[in-house]
Amino acid sequence: MPAVDVRLLEVVKRFGDMVAVDRLTLDIQDGEFFSLLGPSGCGKTTTLRMIGGFEEPTSGLIELQGEDVTWLPPFKRNVNTVFQNYALFPHLTIYDNVAFGLRRKGVKDAEVKRRVTEMLELVELPGFERRKPTQISGGQAQRVALARALINRPAVLLLDEPLGALDLKLRKQMQVELKRIQQEVGITFIYVTHDQEEAMTMSDRIAVMNQGHIEQLGDPESLYERPSTRFVAGFLGISNLLPGAVEGTDGSYATVRMADTSSVRAPSALVGSHADVSIGVRPEKIRLREPADRTPDGHNQITGVVRDASYLGVSTQYVVEARGGARLTVYEQNVERTTRAELWAPGEEVLLTWSPDHSFVVVDQPTPAVDGSTPA
Amino acid sequence: MTRHRWLLPYLLMAPGLLWLAAFFVLPNIQMVLMSLSTGSISQGWTFAWDFDNYLGAFGRFPDNFRNSLVYGGMATLVCFLIGYPMAYGIAFRGGRYKTLLLFLVIAPFFTSFLIRTISWRILLGDQGPFLAVVRNTFGVVPANFSVIGTPLAVVAGLIYQFLPFMVLPLYVALEKIDKRLIEAARDLYAGPWRRGGAIAGSIAGGVVVAFVLTGLGYASLEEGGVVGFAAAVVAGAAVGGLIGAFLISESFVRVTWPLSVPGVFAGSILVFIPAIGDFVNVELLGNPKSQMIGNVIQNRFLQQNDYPTAAALSFILMAGILIAIFIYARVLGTEELTGGRS
Ligand SMILES: Nc1ncnc2c1ncn2[C@@H]1O[C@H](COP(=O)(O)OP(=O)(O)O)[C@@H](O)[C@H]1O
Ligand SMILES: [Mg+2]
Repeated sequence: MPAVDVRLLEVVKRFGDMVAVDRLTLDIQDGEFFSLLGPSGCGKTTTLRMIGGFEEPTSGLIELQGEDVTWLPPFKRNVNTVFQNYALFPHLTIYDNVAFGLRRKGVKDAEVKRRVTEMLELVELPGFERRKPTQISGGQAQRVALARALINRPAVLLLDEPLGALDLKLRKQMQVELKRIQQEVGITFIYVTHDQEEAMTMSDRIAVMNQGHIEQLGDPESLYERPSTRFVAGFLGISNLLPGAVEGTDGSYATVRMADTSSVRAPSALVGSHADVSIGVRPEKIRLREPADRTPDGHNQITGVVRDASYLGVSTQYVVEARGGARLTVYEQNVERTTRAELWAPGEEVLLTWSPDHSFVVVDQPTPAVDGSTPA
Repeated sequence: MTRHRWLLPYLLMAPGLLWLAAFFVLPNIQMVLMSLSTGSISQGWTFAWDFDNYLGAFGRFPDNFRNSLVYGGMATLVCFLIGYPMAYGIAFRGGRYKTLLLFLVIAPFFTSFLIRTISWRILLGDQGPFLAVVRNTFGVVPANFSVIGTPLAVVAGLIYQFLPFMVLPLYVALEKIDKRLIEAARDLYAGPWRRGGAIAGSIAGGVVVAFVLTGLGYASLEEGGVVGFAAAVVAGAAVGGLIGAFLISESFVRVTWPLSVPGVFAGSILVFIPAIGDFVNVELLGNPKSQMIGNVIQNRFLQQNDYPTAAALSFILMAGILIAIFIYARVLGTEELTGGRS
């Protein structure tokens, strides 16, 4: 069992009346690639800045490798940061930028030279030593910022939307690169992003944040396949939610009856003891069939009418109106049906089926008034 | 239109260039000619390649040249020592009061330059609000103690006069420093800077005290004030060292300071050039012995009608300033000042 590297305990940060971070509790394991994911303004940067020592929490505790660092200034923490717009020192060469931390720690010149050279190789920028930050591209600046932080061999590296300023192609490339470097150096990365795809590509675990608190924490698959709140279901991809009342359980599946009297099933472990839930299903998990077709045993099925079809090349996106009036999004790979005549057309009646194992459950808790306004 | 695009910048510069040609270049040419002429106001001037004007001007007023250099330099140094923390405070801690504070910095300009200097005469005067209280009420200083008429009063006037010229460029340079660079430095283990800060602070403190006492005429060895003088300088150095050790951090030395150097350069020049050529402050706040080269030039031009000497002095001053700026730029590092950084 890996050691806990960073621990946040009931951390609160207020700016005046504004609660930016609300009783955040979090354990981050040694060597993991951990992401804080959430919309702009949800408190990701503030959380990161408290770990880095740039903000002091209003209350709560921050531990680094078992040591309470809550009140330590940044230069006394074994943590380094890759800033949102890199924050390279414009008056120093790339070499001096990367060497900055080692020199402050009083490392000998020969050792500094060896490690800077080694680090510039790791980020694939050998030969850039004498350039100034204005003489390199955005992607290269990004690598320098990474080298400048990593060279200090911190216990934890904090990255605040480090790829935000790069174009899409470069961003994809850097995602792979970052993951490679992280595995090579084995340092814990805490990565802040609002891009769900980016978080899913790189992270071992993700904490989805909303309005200063963590909505759900888990590995990318479980967050996508089994989101437990409406917010997470909506933030990570598209989801269809069908509200209903729990009717009963037959062993491993619970039956949920919807307003239009049709019923669907979901793993009972997810339903727990709740009475009112919403059953969710991802668009690519649903199959569309002729109304007369046979549904595989035990699969959920509801009937509906196709309202819209958009051909996207790799797949077709349908909007289907269920009998009860709910609109569901369905993706169908363009394998069996490829020509316009073969695709489902608006107005056609269809059967939507999916395995109950692909159902997830979202509970609309009557949470206290603090964040009662859960986004739809 | 597009074919003549290259003309546009020149057209935009034309009014300024014409202005400079008419009111700077032409008078200067005339001055060069005058500085090499002989004759008198009644008989007229004849151009004669008379370099004696220069040799004479240089040799005859060594004290005035020295005064100019020392007072101008001191004013610049003290403006910097006062102005840097001021600009730093406004730029980094001003918050929503920034504009108001900047307005206060330039507020004195709304009053006539002459009136301001005259009011300093009153402020520093023997019966002025400060000295009268210190001398009469508390009896801290001897009864014949004066500030007005000393070099200190002249330099104090210069400092007051030109402080905004130091603060504004410094503010501009400091204001545009990305605050995250300082966070980045702190993230990369830049902490306090106790030893260096103590050294820098004590040098500054010692220099300021030494300068104030010298300016007041308290440095004369005959009066046996050496011990007192040394003690005061040491005390100043101690206070400065303490302030430096606690206020100067490594992130300041490594990031803020180098990035503000262009502002230091601009501010120093804007203070030094007018200060070194000033004559009004000496007239109103100084004494005959504290006359600067500006007073001599003014006197030669307007009272003695010795135009060639006055012109030669002006050019010597100009050359001196140019050389000083050149050396200064070299010391601060030309790349910092001209390098095409954003
Ligand atoms: N220094 C500050 N003063 C006041 N409010 C702040 C400050 N920093 C952040 N906030 C507020 O705190 C909330 C969270 O901000 P932040 O952590 O930057 O969000 P994120 O990085 O997730 O976009 C925002 O509403 C923001 O306006
Ligand atoms: Mg942010």
